[in-house]
Amino acid sequence: MSVDKATVARIAHLARIAVPEENLEPLAAELNQILAFVEQLNEVDTGNIAPMTSVADMTLRRREDIVTDGGYPEDVLKNAPAAEHGFFAVPKVIE
Amino acid sequence: MPSLLDLTLAEARDGLAKREFSSLELTDAYIGAMEAARALNAYIVETPDKAREMARAADEHIAKGEAAGMTGIPVGVKDLFCTRDVQTTAGSHILEGFMPPYESTVTSNLWRNGAVMLGKLNLDEFAMGSSNETSYFGPAINPWRATGQDAKLVPGGSSGGSSSAVAARAALCATGTDTGGSIRQPASFCGLVGLKPTYGRCSRWGIVAFASSLDQAGPITRTVRDAAIMLGAMAGFDPKDSTSADIAVPDFEKAMTGDVRGMKIGVPKEYRVEGMPQEIDDLWSKGMDWLKSAGAEIVEVSLPHTKYALPTYYIVAPAEASSNLARYDGVRYGLREKGDSLIEMYENTRAAGFGAEVKRRILIGTYVLSAGYYDAYYLKAQKVRSRIAQDFSTAFATVDAILTPTAPSAAFALGAKTGDPIAMYLNDIFTVPAPLAGIPGISVPAGLSREGLPLGLQVLGKAFDEETVFRVAGVLEDAAGFTAKPETWWE
Repeated sequence: MSVDKATVARIAHLARIAVPEENLEPLAAELNQILAFVEQLNEVDTGNIAPMTSVADMTLRRREDIVTDGGYPEDVLKNAPAAEHGFFAVPKVIE
Repeated sequence: MPSLLDLTLAEARDGLAKREFSSLELTDAYIGAMEAARALNAYIVETPDKAREMARAADEHIAKGEAAGMTGIPVGVKDLFCTRDVQTTAGSHILEGFMPPYESTVTSNLWRNGAVMLGKLNLDEFAMGSSNETSYFGPAINPWRATGQDAKLVPGGSSGGSSSAVAARAALCATGTDTGGSIRQPASFCGLVGLKPTYGRCSRWGIVAFASSLDQAGPITRTVRDAAIMLGAMAGFDPKDSTSADIAVPDFEKAMTGDVRGMKIGVPKEYRVEGMPQEIDDLWSKGMDWLKSAGAEIVEVSLPHTKYALPTYYIVAPAEASSNLARYDGVRYGLREKGDSLIEMYENTRAAGFGAEVKRRILIGTYVLSAGYYDAYYLKAQKVRSRIAQDFSTAFATVDAILTPTAPSAAFALGAKTGDPIAMYLNDIFTVPAPLAGIPGISVPAGLSREGLPLGLQVLGKAFDEETVFRVAGVLEDAAGFTAKPETWWE
């Protein structure tokens, strides 16, 4: 399997990274090099093998469904590039 | 008395306890060394005022007889650990200026155990790299140079600032994180000890996430004993990390009995890879001889899926990274670039904020998780990962620990591998299997290359059996008698 310019443009948009037109071709070449490298996994027989879901032999703990943190909106907003009236501010999303 | 900067962590701890010097004196010595070593670019942020304040508090605790495991010891913190009100960047432009309103669990544990923070250490951007050259803040430099040469070498990565600083005596010890080898390989390149603990031993809470099923924090130090002390101060159960292991932290230092008699040490034949330099192979054989002389039995084992570890890693890690790094969207923290719409703002912010290697990995990760490709790549890789883990379980049914080289080469020159991602990835060939299987591994400095550069040997152990890893590593360290230090050319 290999990727072309159009595929790179599509995944770049999925990943929300702007890629200038002139960079699509070189990026496709780089990604194809990596994809060719990982292709060798097809040599491994994984017929009856379960995919790994957890590297440690553990089950996820549950906790009480209660609020244990919060109450400091200033801290939460402190690093925001734009914040107004106690909210994160973003470019307008509805007309 | 030798320079304060030459003391190991254990010696400094004992000297502080006997009041031979104060933490403030020790800390001031390190602040001086840190400032004198700026040519190495090991630190992104220096925090001398905070260090002195913490050192004074440590001296008060010592005076009151309330010293904890690392009271008064100056440490450097990889800039992947969130530190309250101290800039935390993950080596990325996208987080430049980020001041966390909270402290990571591992650093909280260190401060609770009395450690003193010198500053935040350079790293590959989001810990993605093996040479520290992907850092937005420029590469950290290895204090070691080849004999008779002055070419700048990489300190390894991603914890390259950590290894550079500790080797240059600009930090007594440092935190690192290891996803595919990012503690062990830089330790090997800089003549240091680096331990990646078992997955779940150290809390990941407050560490900027790269690949959550692989990431683990661990110590980079000058001796095995120091690593044992520091891991004890970093580790422990944390309810805030859902994969943190709820088991007691043993006294790792006590595990270093120096006795490996009767232990079985596995040597995986698949690690004898094509093109491995003779001197690495020779060092590995020496390591076997050392352990044999100490009374251990060397047993050949087979880890048949070893060659698939790197390709597995380069699917699993980018897939997890692409999800984890989705949070950098220009809304809540870090960089924001202008855009006419919300989507354009996201795309422009991420285009400007991430470097080339990070983008490459996000794109690969997005691709292997995208509709139609998930089964062929991601699911396949997770199945092969199961096989890699099974290989280790089978081997550990007959051996107590496994001995391998840490890296296929000594430190290389800046720029030598930046043009070829696969060549860079191959650096991690011996270190990548352990995080895929979740098991602990340590790198111990074991000798010098013909060019006079440090080389490390790696000891791998069973999950949650760091004690055996420390015990074997301690014996290797004693036998190797590695005392070489880089010459101070950077001041």
